[in-house]
Amino acid sequence: MPSNKSVSDAPIVQFTNCRILRDHQLQREDLWVREGKILNPEKLFFDEKGSADVQLDCKDSIVAPGFIDVQINGGFGVDFSLATDDFKSGIDLVSQKILSHGVTSFCPTLVTSPPSVYHQVLPQISVRNGGAHGAGILGAHLEGPFISKEKKGAHPEHCLRTFEAGAFQDLLATYGSLDCVQIVTLAPEMRRSSEVIRELTKRGICVSLGHSVANLSQAEEAVQHGATFITHLFNAMLPFHHRDPGIVGLLTSDKIPAGRRVFYGMISDGIHTNPAALRIAHRAHPKGLVLVTDAIAGMGLAPGRHTLGQQVVEIDGLNTYIAGTKTLSGSVATMDTCVRHFQEATGCSVETALEAASLHPAQLLGIEHKKGTLNYDSDADFLMLNDSLYVQATYIAGEEVWRQDVSGM
Amino acid sequence: MKLIILENYSQASEWAAKYIRNRIVQFGPGPGRFFTLGLPTGLPRDHPESYHSFMWNNFFKHIDISPENVHILDGNAPDLQAECDAFEQKIKAAGGIELFVGGIGPDGHIAFNEPGSSLVSRTRVKTLAMDTILANARFFDGDLSKVPTMALTVGVGTVMDAREVMILITGAHKAFALYKAIEDGVNHMWTVSAFQQHPNTVFVCDEDATLELKVKTVKYFKGLMMVHNKLVEPLYSMKEMGAERSQSKKPYSD
Repeated sequence: MPSNKSVSDAPIVQFTNCRILRDHQLQREDLWVREGKILNPEKLFFDEKGSADVQLDCKDSIVAPGFIDVQINGGFGVDFSLATDDFKSGIDLVSQKILSHGVTSFCPTLVTSPPSVYHQVLPQISVRNGGAHGAGILGAHLEGPFISKEKKGAHPEHCLRTFEAGAFQDLLATYGSLDCVQIVTLAPEMRRSSEVIRELTKRGICVSLGHSVANLSQAEEAVQHGATFITHLFNAMLPFHHRDPGIVGLLTSDKIPAGRRVFYGMISDGIHTNPAALRIAHRAHPKGLVLVTDAIAGMGLAPGRHTLGQQVVEIDGLNTYIAGTKTLSGSVATMDTCVRHFQEATGCSVETALEAASLHPAQLLGIEHKKGTLNYDSDADFLMLNDSLYVQATYIAGEEVWRQDVSGM
Repeated sequence: MKLIILENYSQASEWAAKYIRNRIVQFGPGPGRFFTLGLPTGLPRDHPESYHSFMWNNFFKHIDISPENVHILDGNAPDLQAECDAFEQKIKAAGGIELFVGGIGPDGHIAFNEPGSSLVSRTRVKTLAMDTILANARFFDGDLSKVPTMALTVGVGTVMDAREVMILITGAHKAFALYKAIEDGVNHMWTVSAFQQHPNTVFVCDEDATLELKVKTVKYFKGLMMVHNKLVEPLYSMKEMGAERSQSKKPYSD
């Protein structure tokens, strides 16, 4: 029927026969999209007297917001911490390939590196919208070098630094520029970290605690100064102790400022964290759980040796270690695998599992008004999944950017 | 009148739905119009309890109706009486209402024509009775101060002008109102009783709603169910032959 739309002439697409994730529940509702955003059909009907131009049958799929990966070091042979000549095409390749994992926005992550790497690589990362070319880039995640020697994990010791001399100026000199930086992981027990955390928070950068031997009160102080995230909970931090829970204690701390929530990243690949530990964290603080892949260059490639910044890592199945050691170094799990594993291990609802990869990272970065949900006026970045949470199709700004090959490849 | 008594709420709803479907098919696909009747004032259009939201969520979004064919009284219009008058004009322009479907309140009101409403009233702004306000409080978290106190409504006279009227009544709390509507006299305190003077009325109810009726009345109409069911079986479809479906299958007159 002819549509008489008073607001815009752009085509309106109505996705029917689907269950959409809205208000924390899967609801039998149609999804309406116009000009790359989710449209309110009631307003369209009554105020504009408009109707859909195209109707697409989703064949009873689950429609969920696109996944947001805030910690991914590379993939498909590309290492974000390596300053190569074709860095830009590398990031483009990864952003295109992860569409099939359901990721519609991500934060390319750099592990501890020498300043020269940051100075060369960071200017080549720009915040940009996603599309057929690939997932959107929200900004870089700088994991290190201001981290603890004792908990460096796979990070190269010779590149670790402190900022006790010049605090924030030291940090700025190391990174060169903070223009496209979204998250910084640091160890809060380092001297002058409070100033640095306050300065970063003032600039809208999310501060995350990780690779640290901080005790609970140091962690709480960091949160009071503005830290809001914990990098891969349990890994590279002191283990939970009943008299000093360390950073893990932030999940149930009563010293979090009112109105704030501490989020924590979990690599739910079945290797970085025992499922029982994953369940403990989830049950203690379900609303803060953010699924991350921490994927490295070898993700998507055959087992064998690959680089991770200044190190060489070895992949064997889903395990990735620093070559010749048993130190875990990133993962090769994909985001949709993490969502499925999380759902299985915790027995949580499908809605919870999907939100841990979409709503929560959006809330962490303060962008939930446009990403991470299917609310009206949000960006139309969404996925069609089957009941086993396998991604069937990926959409960015209302356009299909990836579809599962029907031949089953 | 025809009194159709079904066992429970779902069966009553289903019978009514089938009847409406058959009537729509019989009416023919012409420029069919819908008019929706009673609208509280003062609620913004997108308030979850506004009639716009109610009609969208429960009806419009499930069907392929064209938005131009939806006419809901706008409780936020700058001149409410003009809005009401325009509504009456639109009904006239559409050729009058073919079938009016409504429910009744526990106080026997039709649309928002509360006890005391004129039986020849037209579309207008009406104050709401305490009973109605109390009944609607559940949509406003039980907070009486949030419930609107006035509503735009079609009048009793407006509904009487419809060629056919169907009233749905379910639940024991409506039983007394049903008794007053059909077994007592025409009375402006129970405005639904006005339809005793309409040539073509159907009351569809469940067992619970008949609790205050005489056994004789209930037995009489239940005995007619075989005949009444001919109104819903066969179920017509728009795809059938024109002649067949436009035959009005009325087994008897009121």
